[in-house]
Amino acid sequence: MFAYFANPDRFMRLSAWGLPIATALAVVLFAIGLPWGLLYAPADFRQGESARIMFIHVPAAWWALGIYTFMAVASFAGLVWRHALADVAARAAAPVGAAYAALCLITGSFWGAPTWGTWWEWDARLTSMLVLFLTYVGYMALWGAIEDEARAARLAAILCLAGFINIPIVKFSVDWWNSLHQPASILRAGGSAMDPSMMQPLLVMAGAYLAAFAALLMAGMRADVFRRRASANAQRRARAA
Amino acid sequence: MTGALFAVFRRDLALAWAAGGGAAAPLGFFVGATMLVPLTAGPDQETLALIGPPLLWLTAALAVLMVLERLFQADLEDGSLDQLMLSEAPLELLVAAKGAALWVAIGAPLALAAMPMALAMQTPPSAAPLVALGLLVGLAAFIGAGLFGAALAAGVRRGGVLIAILVLPFFAPPIIFGAAAAARAAEEGLFTDAFSYLCAATLFFAALGPIGAAAALRQHVS
Amino acid sequence: MQLTITDLALERGGWRLFEGLRLEAPPGAHVALTGPNGAGKTSLLRAIAGFLRPSAGTIAFGDEDRETRLHFLGHRDGLKAPLDARAHLRFWADLLGGEAADAVLERVGLGRVADLPARTLSAGQGRRLALARLLASPRPLWLLDEPAASLDAAGKALLERLIADHCADGGIVVAAVHEPLGAPTQTVALGTPS
Repeated sequence: MFAYFANPDRFMRLSAWGLPIATALAVVLFAIGLPWGLLYAPADFRQGESARIMFIHVPAAWWALGIYTFMAVASFAGLVWRHALADVAARAAAPVGAAYAALCLITGSFWGAPTWGTWWEWDARLTSMLVLFLTYVGYMALWGAIEDEARAARLAAILCLAGFINIPIVKFSVDWWNSLHQPASILRAGGSAMDPSMMQPLLVMAGAYLAAFAALLMAGMRADVFRRRASANAQRRARAA
Repeated sequence: MTGALFAVFRRDLALAWAAGGGAAAPLGFFVGATMLVPLTAGPDQETLALIGPPLLWLTAALAVLMVLERLFQADLEDGSLDQLMLSEAPLELLVAAKGAALWVAIGAPLALAAMPMALAMQTPPSAAPLVALGLLVGLAAFIGAGLFGAALAAGVRRGGVLIAILVLPFFAPPIIFGAAAAARAAEEGLFTDAFSYLCAATLFFAALGPIGAAAALRQHVS
Repeated sequence: MQLTITDLALERGGWRLFEGLRLEAPPGAHVALTGPNGAGKTSLLRAIAGFLRPSAGTIAFGDEDRETRLHFLGHRDGLKAPLDARAHLRFWADLLGGEAADAVLERVGLGRVADLPARTLSAGQGRRLALARLLASPRPLWLLDEPAASLDAAGKALLERLIADHCADGGIVVAAVHEPLGAPTQTVALGTPS
């Protein structure tokens, strides 16, 4: 199946349809999910209205991790089977993942201020999200620093896979570290089973984030394919001259 | 094959200590940056005893970053890397030999200097050698991760900042366990669970760092 | 050993340099690699050395390991400024397998500067030191990229002698050249990329 979609021409034909569909889906899902979560879902009985930021925060966290996993799979495919489109996919996914991670960190901070009484709590999830964000930044910086695109793709893929190993280790390390330093009372969200009235809008929002990712991914990949074609043209003209 | 590994080890050691090799710079940075700690936090003994060992770990980690930029870039530019590729010894082990040389040339002096610096940070005299020993172990992890970052950015001009961004996420585990082991050395001695975890992190990064670095270097010679 | 290249195609930066390249180099062969800048001479040598992955075709060395059977002498000599000539030779002998002997330095005309750091050597002397690497570690296949660059007339004569001796011993030399060098037994002309 992967080889089928790895053909750039076929990808361009399919994504010409996929992009507007994913965009429309994202708009619709956000239009449903945002008011549902932020206005109509019941307020958390302990944390009150401020917990509504969860509907923005939690899906961002899920998909920041999900997109990195996607990139790791694409990087692996790019390294092993040398599919140029896999490299393009990993590269186009990175800014979206970084944006989701940043959104997760910022909303987490807003959530923490009234809940924990501090703008930043060094808990394991928030800290490993910060490390994930840094890994995204490093990945994009490496792509930007190396001129030869084929080489940049392989080096970035190696980095991506190494980061994929590192992040669970960081998570474990911070967990252990926190068990030493844990402040006494922390209200933890998501600790208990969630009521369906909150779960449903959360899932809609998760779908919205996913659709937005799909749209941004396809837009980014299409732009990259066009850019590559343009530079190949320029090269051809330089050789012909 | 061991001959090739020793040759790389000896050569990198000789180069690090030769004029212009730069082995002294991280040491100077380490001492200088640590000196600024009391100047920022104040000379209060209790405060210093509390923040001293963690800050020693931080400055040591930053000191390692300083030498990473030229680590493979020099070999790539002057053609030495091509020769490493042609050895019978696997590139992974040759890279590990380079890392070992760096550990001896940079890591050992830093760990040694950490002893007086720990004393200056009001660490009890009995605990200062333990802090230094933990740092010596941890520097191997920093260097292992550093090899990887340095190899990724070997072809990048003025790649120092890029290497820092690439490497710092990998410094998190060893620095967590190392700083915790150092902070607890005064009361609980060296062999805490933090120290065990530090050793595990070091083994992990010292083993996998050269493998990742070799994979990256193969891309640079192509 | 015997170097056999079949239907080789190479790409650089998404650009095909050449395709369908064939080469048979038996023991004693001296192959001259010619062509304009950008034709892919260096890339071909780096592909034979195993640094570059071909996009098609095969490069075979008989039944032997690539790494331990060839020398690669590129544009850069692989010298470290603080180390002297003797230290370089010892390093290469240890790394690549072989013996570091002062006789080798004598042979390339560096006997009197053996203990001087590389930073004091001229470009021509640096290149001679790199040539000493070929002698210190005996390997049948020499891949030379513009080996005469920065050599004077005497240095070039030395290089031609070394190549002739190596081929007479049953070695193989593949050299990318701009100007004729020695007496090649065959020539591969790479054209401008189409």
